[in-house]
Amino acid sequence: MGKYNWNWNIFFEEVATGGEKYYQWLLSGLGWTVATALCAWVIALILGFLVGVIRTTPIKWLSIAGDAYVELFRNIPLIVQMFLWFFVLPDLLPQAAGDWLKQDMPLPEFTTAVVSLAFFTSSRVAEQVKTGILALPRGQRNAGLAVGFTLPQVYRYVLLPMAFRIIIPPLTSEFMNVFKNSSVALTIGLLELTAQARQMNEYTFQGFETFTIATVLYVIVSFTANRLMASIEYRVRVPGYIGGGR
Amino acid sequence: MGDFDFDVIQRSLPYLWKGMQYTLTLTLTAMTGGIFFGTFLAMAKLSVISPLSIVASAYVNLMRSIPLVLVIFWFYFLVPLLLQGLTGATEPVPVGSDQTALISFTLFEIAFYCEIIRAGIQSIPQGQVSAGKAVGFTYAQLMFYIVLPQAFRNMIPLLLTQTIVLFQDTSLVYVISVTDFLGAAAKVAQRDSRLVEMYSFVAVIYFLISFTLSQIVRRLQLKISIATR
Repeated sequence: MGKYNWNWNIFFEEVATGGEKYYQWLLSGLGWTVATALCAWVIALILGFLVGVIRTTPIKWLSIAGDAYVELFRNIPLIVQMFLWFFVLPDLLPQAAGDWLKQDMPLPEFTTAVVSLAFFTSSRVAEQVKTGILALPRGQRNAGLAVGFTLPQVYRYVLLPMAFRIIIPPLTSEFMNVFKNSSVALTIGLLELTAQARQMNEYTFQGFETFTIATVLYVIVSFTANRLMASIEYRVRVPGYIGGGR
Repeated sequence: MGDFDFDVIQRSLPYLWKGMQYTLTLTLTAMTGGIFFGTFLAMAKLSVISPLSIVASAYVNLMRSIPLVLVIFWFYFLVPLLLQGLTGATEPVPVGSDQTALISFTLFEIAFYCEIIRAGIQSIPQGQVSAGKAVGFTYAQLMFYIVLPQAFRNMIPLLLTQTIVLFQDTSLVYVISVTDFLGAAAKVAQRDSRLVEMYSFVAVIYFLISFTLSQIVRRLQLKISIATR
């Protein structure tokens, strides 16, 4: 490897095409990565909880629909899902809607990335939510119904508060995955962190420095996401349950 | 929807099949390599020799905290330089995207299989290890005759689930223009301007394979859990 020309100052050099410096590329990429992941995560949590809940209700057709949803979004690779949303959906919709998606939708790459990442992630969240609810003793549901709660009330006041706490650890790794998975959006043209790193390498041939910094940034993001979830887990713990009694 | 052209799929089937063969090769190579080296990495991670376990943990944590796409770019850039260093060539040695993908997927998957195998090893009751030591087994004998056979039996469903995830992830080689199943479909799609047909077909095929495999794994899981009860 003797021939490699190290140049850690490359980040503070101006981009060949002028105007910006390379570190600004990476920072802007990081911004898009975080924005995409956080937006997708919020939607994924909402969808995932809805679908997870309906999969455990006694209403047969609802739970079948929920299962179908999860299987659909879990068994197609994320990159293919992104292509479907980006290239295929506009052609399947009525002309006007398709044209709007293609021409007038603001930030098309970002919006598509958020939507596809959200649906993809929601199927995983739904799976965890279902597991969490089923992990609770059956007596809790029955007790809730016995004291006269309606089914939605049983979920709202009895099942979901505990199920949510149980699934925080698996949700933590899904939360970390969402940041990593957002990198797939570079295939539809979103200039997130990995895309910016690739571009910087193509411009400068300083792959070591570029990819090292990108790696460090991802590690920091992963670590922050992990600590954030751990602090939530600590704050919402219930004394006497799941390590809450310490 | 009216002008959905099935013909373009039919015409490109031989080409798509070639792509699928690469996808399967990549999946099986990364799986075999991942499980083989992952086993040793898991043993290193659980080792009492602390430098070994620190290095193994660092590798696993690093691989698990960065995106696969970035790992692919890393190796795409790094492998030619490494080969140059190893062979003493004057220029970076060009390596095909196909080979780069095989190397990066194997090295990436090792970390994920390692974590499954580590959990499997730790699920074996301590008494078994003590019993093995008491009858005078060496570490290697202990691992290969007592711990690993039982651990692997419990791990089969998880290892297969990881392989289904891997099978789907191989589609990411698209980013270095490898002609895997998705890559082949994308090339036809762009050449013939038939994106709707090709990407829908790709989605259906991925879904059918992954769904079928995951149903098989679910059945297997039930079987194993009943047998061990």
